[in-house]
Amino acid sequence: MSETDHKTRREAQEERLNKVWASKPGWRYWSAVNNTEVGVWYTVTSFAFFLFAGVLALLMRAQLAVPENDLLSPGLYNQAFTLHGTAMMFLFAVPIFEAVSILMLPTMLGARDLPFPRLSAFGYWCFLIGGVFVCGSIFFNAAPDAGWFMYPPLTTDPKLTGIGADIWLLGLSFIEVASIAAAVELIVGVLKCRPPGMRINMMPLYCWYVLIVGGMILFAFPPLIAGDILFELERLADWPFFDPARGGDPLLWQHLFWIFGHPEVYVVFLPSIALMAMIIPTFAGRPIVGYSWIVLAAVGTGFLSFGLWVHHMFTTGLPAISLGFFSAASEAVAIPTGVQIFVFLATMLAGRVRMSLPMLFASGSLAIFVIGGLTGVMVAIAPFDWQAHDSYFVVAHLHYVLIGGMLMPLFAGAYYYMPLATGKKLSDRLGRWVFWLMFAGFNIAFLPMHFTGLRGMPRRVFTYPGDIGLDWLNLVSTVGAYIFAAGVVLFTWDCVFGIRRRKNTGANPWEGGTMEWISPLPAPDYGIRSVPEVSSRYPLWDQPELAREVAEGRWYLADAEEGKRETLVTSVLDGKPLQCLRVPGNSFMPMICAILIGTSFIGTAFHFYWSSLVVGLAGVFGIMVWLWHGTAMIPETDSKDIGRGMRLPLYVSGTQSVGWWAMFITMFGDMTAFASLVFGYFYYWTIHQQFPPLGLDGLPRGPGLVWPALALLLLAGAWGAMLLARARNSAGSATGLRLSLVSSAVLALASAAAMLWAPWQAGLQPTDHAYDGIVWVLLLWTALHLVLGVLMQAYCLARSLAGKLTTRWDIDIRNVVLFWHFAGITGLTTIAVVTLVPLLA
Amino acid sequence: MVLRLRERADLWSLLMPPTIWALHFLFCYLVAAVTCARLGGVTLTKPNPGASFASLESFQPWVIGGTAVALALIAISAWQAWRHSGFGLEDPPHDAATPEDRQRFLGYATLLLSALSFVSVIFIALPAFLILDCR
Repeated sequence: MSETDHKTRREAQEERLNKVWASKPGWRYWSAVNNTEVGVWYTVTSFAFFLFAGVLALLMRAQLAVPENDLLSPGLYNQAFTLHGTAMMFLFAVPIFEAVSILMLPTMLGARDLPFPRLSAFGYWCFLIGGVFVCGSIFFNAAPDAGWFMYPPLTTDPKLTGIGADIWLLGLSFIEVASIAAAVELIVGVLKCRPPGMRINMMPLYCWYVLIVGGMILFAFPPLIAGDILFELERLADWPFFDPARGGDPLLWQHLFWIFGHPEVYVVFLPSIALMAMIIPTFAGRPIVGYSWIVLAAVGTGFLSFGLWVHHMFTTGLPAISLGFFSAASEAVAIPTGVQIFVFLATMLAGRVRMSLPMLFASGSLAIFVIGGLTGVMVAIAPFDWQAHDSYFVVAHLHYVLIGGMLMPLFAGAYYYMPLATGKKLSDRLGRWVFWLMFAGFNIAFLPMHFTGLRGMPRRVFTYPGDIGLDWLNLVSTVGAYIFAAGVVLFTWDCVFGIRRRKNTGANPWEGGTMEWISPLPAPDYGIRSVPEVSSRYPLWDQPELAREVAEGRWYLADAEEGKRETLVTSVLDGKPLQCLRVPGNSFMPMICAILIGTSFIGTAFHFYWSSLVVGLAGVFGIMVWLWHGTAMIPETDSKDIGRGMRLPLYVSGTQSVGWWAMFITMFGDMTAFASLVFGYFYYWTIHQQFPPLGLDGLPRGPGLVWPALALLLLAGAWGAMLLARARNSAGSATGLRLSLVSSAVLALASAAAMLWAPWQAGLQPTDHAYDGIVWVLLLWTALHLVLGVLMQAYCLARSLAGKLTTRWDIDIRNVVLFWHFAGITGLTTIAVVTLVPLLA
Repeated sequence: MVLRLRERADLWSLLMPPTIWALHFLFCYLVAAVTCARLGGVTLTKPNPGASFASLESFQPWVIGGTAVALALIAISAWQAWRHSGFGLEDPPHDAATPEDRQRFLGYATLLLSALSFVSVIFIALPAFLILDCR
């Protein structure tokens, strides 16, 4: 073939790729699900929430500028600080990680998209709806006002808090669902969607962090969802989980909140550090020194961060021995955190550092973060914390940690990766102004807070008396906050207006070594031109021909002949190609489902229970329609040639399929939420001398034995029938599959009914005592899972009848059986706990 | 899944040492919390002086036992990681695109995690020897 023929062929390929991956014009643009669009929307939205929460902070600082100020009323001030914390953590810090990862991860992995693009889109719409709902409440003077951690009993009394607490609980639960969806997407993306040859020892460090943080979200967020369920039941139905008069305990909420809340600090910190791990090698001009040490730090921090939650509760009167364990773990976490910083310093020392804006922000963040880390070591010591707790010292500490550890690296990342997203750099000259305004403003604002705190100024007060040594410190803080804000405004101006006037940078403007810089900029919608085989951690430095070969479409998946969106699935450890995955294209379904389910959450906050239920069910039905048209699609042929003579299957099921992994990971998160509820049960056991409490007959209360035992038997039957269904399907019997599905569904519904009848007939009143309530919650949780399982069975039945689920095309049944394993374990545990504990007592 | 010896290093073997740390941590915390709560700790439902002087001496042997088991398991994990990493004969960075380097990298990272987990387990055990009652 001549050179011209080659060129014509390449152009035809590019045209096909462009057509397949293009977003639709006009209003249908909003049906896009591709990571390049969703990632940008996600980033812009979370940045907007950051600006909103920043304005709230400025209002607070204006109020505190002088003593006895009356700019904000006490009520509005309470709403402002609650919403500031809530929005910064839930609507900015965590989502921006998901946003940046959705945007960047496919480029780093040389993938066309993440494995579940519609799930990303669904997560985005959930986030947008939930975020606007929570933030919008302040304009109606109805925002939550009891602090971002919502401690009961202040918040459990609906008369005291109005609707704000419901808005917080339901709005944020909804967003947490989106976070878990993103975690599933990102974990599967890192493990299964790497380019061929990218073994686990060659992944970009960012991917390591994403993997760890995704895992942390699965263990950290579900306890809060469990806590939200208990909390909302107390507020809406008067189930006394946190009411000591009826056997509850407000501390249980603090435990569940901080089991989420402390790891969350690391959930926001690690991804930002991950950006530094990408930036520093580029500007040091050499590979990172101590790749394995970074992995140690990421994994180690991920684990240790779960042993820190009680350090937020040092003053609650827990026994000193408990404080001791958490204090020790809080000191231990400084080791892996320090390791990362030393790795960065070593890389900078070993290379020749080119000073640039991203590096300026990176060094600034190290300086700030180290100060925050040192005060962290101070407050991790319980006796010091007793003095500093709830004072401005803690405000200073947490802002040094979060702004040094999260925000400044994020800005470094924004300057570094802006060319990747837009094809243009931000202004270097303005950037220096931005940095120095932010750096100076930050220190002027927050350094004095250490002293206001040590002088005794408590957090969350709307004003303070004059002449007790706080006046000028507060004034300085306020001035600093506005200087800092000026930096942020300048940055925003540059992103929105300034950048339009600048020229395109061309490919790889920073001379980076990792895969995200391989494409021309601005990158086309389809991302990488062809998916190469990678043989180095820094392929652009070590494989000089690679960029040209990729651009000429000489590698895999250089074409889209069938007009389908495709990406590669590879093995977890060695990156061996396993499958050519067809990913679904643009659709409004994720948005519609998010709107329906969001409406049902919002309706519940306003006590429209029945309409919420109907809308919620419509949302569930919508999800099924979406799955029907977008997942487990039967390809026109078994396998396809992806280039270079490599043939890969188009459809794989069971443990090889990405859907199976997603189900497994989702259910892992689900089990964490369930484990938190069981933790609640045993928590009540530890605080009561007599547990379960005695009934009228003088015996421990409980749901009895007969009905729970029957429920368990029926559940075992339903579970067994699902195994049979899978086996019959594999044996080629469609009738066997359908009969087993139907019998399993009947058994499951009967089991759920027996489960709920048990406490009912035993006369357990959930409003009487926390014990009765937690038994009901455990049984309801399990019954709900069985009902969900039945919905999935109905879906499989319909797929089988429609010829979309057969012996060869069996993704659906395999994934549903996996769900049933988890449902079975949930049922077994629940029944064992609720029946055996009263027996043993 | 995690607590198993294996020929080839994988992500589960990488997670073994910190998982042992987590289990040890939970063990110490739960045993101490339950001991103090059940031995007449602070009850929230009735007025009381707020402090419990219940002794934790019976709790120490549990911590000693648990810590010994945890440290032994971490040592086993470290030994396995040492083997996977090539007995220290292969220097990092283990960045070649070969199954051997993948194995060495995982072994080396696990070895580092074992060291961190070992130290952290000792950190967690210390309070049990410094604090002797439920105050």
